[in-house]
Amino acid sequence: MRSFTYEKVASPAAAATAIASTSDAKFIAGGTNLLDLMKLEIETPAHLIDLNGLGFDRIERTSEGGLRIGALVRNTALAADEKVRRDYGLLSRALLAGASGQLRNKATTAGNLLQRTRCPYFYDTNLPCNKRSPGSGCAAIGGVTRSLAVIGSSDACIATHPSDMAVAMRALDAVVEALRPDGQTRTIPIADFHRLPGDTPHIETALEPGELITAVTLPKPVGGTHIYRKVRDRASYAFALVSVAAVVQRDGSGKVAVGGVAHKPWRVEGAEKALANGARAFVSGLLADAKPTKDNAFKLTLVERAVASVLAEVKG
Amino acid sequence: MSNTGDPHISRRNLLIVAGASVAAGAAPGSARAQKPLPMGPAASEPVTTKVGMIVNGASRSMEFDTRTTLLDALREHMHLTGTKKGCDHGQCGACTVIVDGQRINSCLTLAVMHEGSSVTTIEGLGTPGNLHPMQAAFIKHDGFQCGYCTPGQICSAVAVLDEIKAGQPSHVSGSLMGAIDLNEAELRERMSGNICRCGAYSNIVEAITEVAGRPA
Repeated sequence: MRSFTYEKVASPAAAATAIASTSDAKFIAGGTNLLDLMKLEIETPAHLIDLNGLGFDRIERTSEGGLRIGALVRNTALAADEKVRRDYGLLSRALLAGASGQLRNKATTAGNLLQRTRCPYFYDTNLPCNKRSPGSGCAAIGGVTRSLAVIGSSDACIATHPSDMAVAMRALDAVVEALRPDGQTRTIPIADFHRLPGDTPHIETALEPGELITAVTLPKPVGGTHIYRKVRDRASYAFALVSVAAVVQRDGSGKVAVGGVAHKPWRVEGAEKALANGARAFVSGLLADAKPTKDNAFKLTLVERAVASVLAEVKG
Repeated sequence: MSNTGDPHISRRNLLIVAGASVAAGAAPGSARAQKPLPMGPAASEPVTTKVGMIVNGASRSMEFDTRTTLLDALREHMHLTGTKKGCDHGQCGACTVIVDGQRINSCLTLAVMHEGSSVTTIEGLGTPGNLHPMQAAFIKHDGFQCGYCTPGQICSAVAVLDEIKAGQPSHVSGSLMGAIDLNEAELRERMSGNICRCGAYSNIVEAITEVAGRPA
């Protein structure tokens, strides 16, 4: 690990000042992803700004009847929160399907959104990667691509986003609250938060340099049946090959996002009207523009079958 | 061994910075600590800072390289070598300790981030003459073979029972709102962050089940 200086800040204003006045600085909260990458020297910040003194650890009702989740709420606390379990069961289920108990105790809501891909070529510093080293090329394309993206990828990058939580938040129409270094706040719908790789796969989110996530809000509960179906190579403690986050209503309408297939949680609202016609009809719209490789074409079938399994469970 | 920062880095730094004029056994950290901390860009030499935490009930205050993980702080600086380094990347759980009541991977957190924290390691759970019930149950049920993952398994298991008591659901819980059925599937899911290369899992589940108060 490269040497770095460290400070712990006590206010968002101090965090903004610190990030703006120090070059190569990074925020750290749970640290479970950042420290892993720093050990491998994939991340090499010269200065760490510890956000754990900011509070941001509450889950509160919004005036609209929704929920405001502080950026530093740990994954364990979020999954176990009674309001979340009762009204947003999909979110609890997605969180509990991810990582291990130890990691969820540390990992934060904002950090989960910001975690980096687990593409094996991103992790192998001997190989080119446009995400790790912009312009160096993509070793994954033409390599072993079984776990990688089938849709929304580019000639520069075929990585997937690894989060389970973000897939549920996409189906739940979450909104990210952020604070710019100049003190201005803004909101970013989750649909616009994660970017597709295009020719700048190293720019993964809509956040500007130094911008800080303060909270994630959920709209008021929509009822329905909440199911998170994660398909992986082992029964626990593994990233998704594919996952399906679904909120399905009694009349067959629903909101469905899919994980493990793209650089961001994948949802096509326009395809959801076909949900009542079954999994095949819905998935043919959802993944209409898929460009799988020989290694990962199985994901298209897997998504369809996972959606079919979810719809069957809804019917009971 | 120096109590300053990562011992390997400290030795190297001692050679580079201080040359041969520093007598063997001198503490390089105490001299470094008096220098103002450089603020990025990248400091070319280790940056150290003083951290105080409570470890197994005792106050410990030491100078650490900012890069020192809690795991290395415990093992290399406090000489609490019960906590094991397996993968050092949060994948195996051998480094599991309990911090402020919650189990975490000590390899994926920095010592400097734990000012004021209360840390419990395997040495703090029980002693050879006065075993924690979970330690005794692991022995009774042969919950280990080589033993390398065992301290992490036991710290994790103790915390798992607290998590169940607190009503925290898991991936395999049938209902998010109902009572948690303490069955084998629940324990296996909750313990999945602790890998046992010898494959003692079934005996580990038996040990935890006994401590949880049900016949194994």
